[in-house]
Amino acid sequence: MVSVSINGKTVQFSATPDTPLLWALRDELGLTGTKFGCGAALCGACVVHVDGKPMRACVTPIAAVAGKQVTTIEAMDADRIGQAVQAAWIRNDVPQCGYCQSGQIMSASALLAKNPRPSDADIEEAMRMNLCRCGTYNRIRAAIKDAATALGA
Amino acid sequence: MSTNILTTRRDFLKSSAAATGALVIAVTLPASSRYAQAAAGNATFGPNAFLRITPDGQITVLCGLSEMGQGVHMGIAMLVAEELDADWKSVRLEQAPADKAYVNPMIGMQATGGSTSIRGHWEPMRKAGAAARQMLVSAAASAWGVDAGRCRTQGGRVVGADGRSVGYGELVAAAAQLPVPQDPPVKNPQDFRILGTGLTRLDTPAKVNGSAGFGIDVTLQGLRTAVMVHAPVPGAKVVSVDDVATKAIPGVRHVVQIPQGVAVLADGFWPALKGRDALVVKWDDGALGGLSSAAISKSLTDATTRPGKVARNEGDVSAAVAKTIEAVYEAPYLAHACMEPMNCTAWVRAGEAELWAPTQAPGPHQGIVAQLTGLTPEKVRVHTTYLGGGFGRRFAPDFTIAATLLSKAVGAPVKLIYTREDDMRAWFYRPASVTRFTAGLDKAGNPVSFTARIAAPSIMLAAGFVKELPEGIDRPAVEGISDCPYAFPNLRVEYVQTEPGVPVWFWRSVGHSQNVYFIEAFVDEIAAAAGKDPVEFRRSLLAKQPRLRGALDLAAQKAGWGSPLPAGVHRGVAVTSSFGSYVAQVAEVSVGADGRPRVHRVVAAVDCGRTVNPEIIKRQIEGAIVYGLSAALHQKITFKDGRVEQSNFNDYPMLRMDEMPRVEVHIVSSSEAPGGIGEPGLPAATPAVVNAVFAATGKRFRRLPI
Repeated sequence: MVSVSINGKTVQFSATPDTPLLWALRDELGLTGTKFGCGAALCGACVVHVDGKPMRACVTPIAAVAGKQVTTIEAMDADRIGQAVQAAWIRNDVPQCGYCQSGQIMSASALLAKNPRPSDADIEEAMRMNLCRCGTYNRIRAAIKDAATALGA
Repeated sequence: MSTNILTTRRDFLKSSAAATGALVIAVTLPASSRYAQAAAGNATFGPNAFLRITPDGQITVLCGLSEMGQGVHMGIAMLVAEELDADWKSVRLEQAPADKAYVNPMIGMQATGGSTSIRGHWEPMRKAGAAARQMLVSAAASAWGVDAGRCRTQGGRVVGADGRSVGYGELVAAAAQLPVPQDPPVKNPQDFRILGTGLTRLDTPAKVNGSAGFGIDVTLQGLRTAVMVHAPVPGAKVVSVDDVATKAIPGVRHVVQIPQGVAVLADGFWPALKGRDALVVKWDDGALGGLSSAAISKSLTDATTRPGKVARNEGDVSAAVAKTIEAVYEAPYLAHACMEPMNCTAWVRAGEAELWAPTQAPGPHQGIVAQLTGLTPEKVRVHTTYLGGGFGRRFAPDFTIAATLLSKAVGAPVKLIYTREDDMRAWFYRPASVTRFTAGLDKAGNPVSFTARIAAPSIMLAAGFVKELPEGIDRPAVEGISDCPYAFPNLRVEYVQTEPGVPVWFWRSVGHSQNVYFIEAFVDEIAAAAGKDPVEFRRSLLAKQPRLRGALDLAAQKAGWGSPLPAGVHRGVAVTSSFGSYVAQVAEVSVGADGRPRVHRVVAAVDCGRTVNPEIIKRQIEGAIVYGLSAALHQKITFKDGRVEQSNFNDYPMLRMDEMPRVEVHIVSSSEAPGGIGEPGLPAATPAVVNAVFAATGKRFRRLPI
């Protein structure tokens, strides 16, 4: 059994070790905020934090995160940066369909954790692998800057 | 489409509030509706009206339309809340089930599409709110022994002439005893407090913390997850199935063959996928096994050399001209690529069925499940979830049909999930299309004649919306050109129905998505041949189109049309009149040494009549531009040996943040009836960019993607 810390709680997964973290989270733990978009690390809908770094859960077997700290969108409201990002997302009314937004917020939070004042180029570099079919990119960019400002205040 | 329903559906029914203590109002529907049955005495039987007020003052607006990102839940809630004079903070939105009460009056079924939601519900939802408000006022006036005409409402309270006031929640029981006004007056728009404001969407908080429930998130006790091997070619038949390896995989429960393919059902997605990948299915490709994009392109292009059915004919296009311009434009098949892959959860039980579906068409899907199960529609409960994108794709019933058949086969709840590759290769595509244009100019460069011959398959036939084409014309195939807004003195548009065999479907803005690219790029060619400025040339032909010309003028002004740009940056313009709205866009583009265009800025002006929520309008226009630019710059679905060549976002890319232009949206102030907004932002984006590329390089892109 693979043992992983998920949002601060240790979990023993009964899924086989090759099971992608995405499906272990969704099907075994019912943490459905992390989304399936492509299954091939191409869209970013499944981004979670593993030891604080953004990872594509759809191509990360649970065996690869054994013993590590995984954080999902469901725990972002307990995180200082996550809270600021969520609040900025609401202020800027970013989501349309909303399906990609968990991944967007996880990528944005990871960016702000290592770079509190990202430039436009930094934001593009960090976010270009998160796709949004509704086209909310400019709102995401504005919300990241808004969150950075709020965190710095 | 029936629009007369809009004006005739003004009856209101009253529901007994006794059982729940809630005041329930519904716009009425046929007496056989579930609402009507509930109204006869059992108000607890399902949420089947448009608003509900509970004694605690909570206002619940029920919306039968599907929320796929376009903000319809918010729009409907704002319409009701405005006329109710609700305190916005006490308004919540609840997704209504499939029920006749929620038929979209513009399309005659409970479905969301065609940018019809606000157009179809502007009046009925306001009437629903106004009726409730009138009843609450009567209840308060009666309790106070005063004339109702002396009372007003504000922020969820009835206020008397003497200043006393009472909250709506306290009036629920009394108001529920009153007759429902048949035709309550609605507000004068100058009194709007909620409509026309940019309130933050009610669904945003759930969409930033992972709690919003999409179809793929549905969980039920005993649920089986299904992943399918779909037919690789439309019409292909299964020859053999070897499931030995599949059944050896832990967690795999069933292998089930249905007409759509072979499904592996397991305890969760991962074992289902592993089981699917281990499955060996042999297919007989059938008649379409030879499909190829080259042959399709040739057949469409060839078709434009043959006479077609006349979609519009004015004057005489054989009139003498001094100069003729001719061009052939082509657009590829496109997939919708919603971020949430197609999925559906079905549970067929004895005597009833239940569906949890991210669908744009809960009404029709209810009917389909009824047919598949032999149940009456009333025995099929449809829960519409949030949709992770729709764009027309989720009108289709493929995922509902398959999930229903699988649940029926195994007697358990089944969640069918398409992989991204399944979704990309599901054979619901925006049609490929070729249009041959000619235009004639007189010696002074004034347009004399314009002809367009459009070769494309019929969506209306493919979708089963018609059995034969009226006058031989598929309206989606010609829209955007046959209703060309320009005053060409002689004009002829023909349609040559051409069916390469690829199943086609509605895609955001439908025929406008390719036809407005065609005509707006070609009009730019005419302007260039006439030696005229693209904006001025269009203006001169739009004298009888004041709203479109107004949008054009506003976009040109806000974009600084004619003013200097940084070196290498050029402008292009395009307009569209679609879905009851008028949009003009100016794109600023540079072309790199590699020939690739870079879109720096898009300025859009939109006249969509009265607005419900201008912030949502801006976001819809922005999003539609991104959707259009993704197609213009990156996307095509192609075929080889009957198979789709694309599979995932690596070979069917979409615009990324680092390619995203600045977008400015300017809304024309208008007191006209509301227009659609989900789609009209799309059509002009591509031709504006193509025309800017021409301005930059002199090269005219007549095929997409660029």
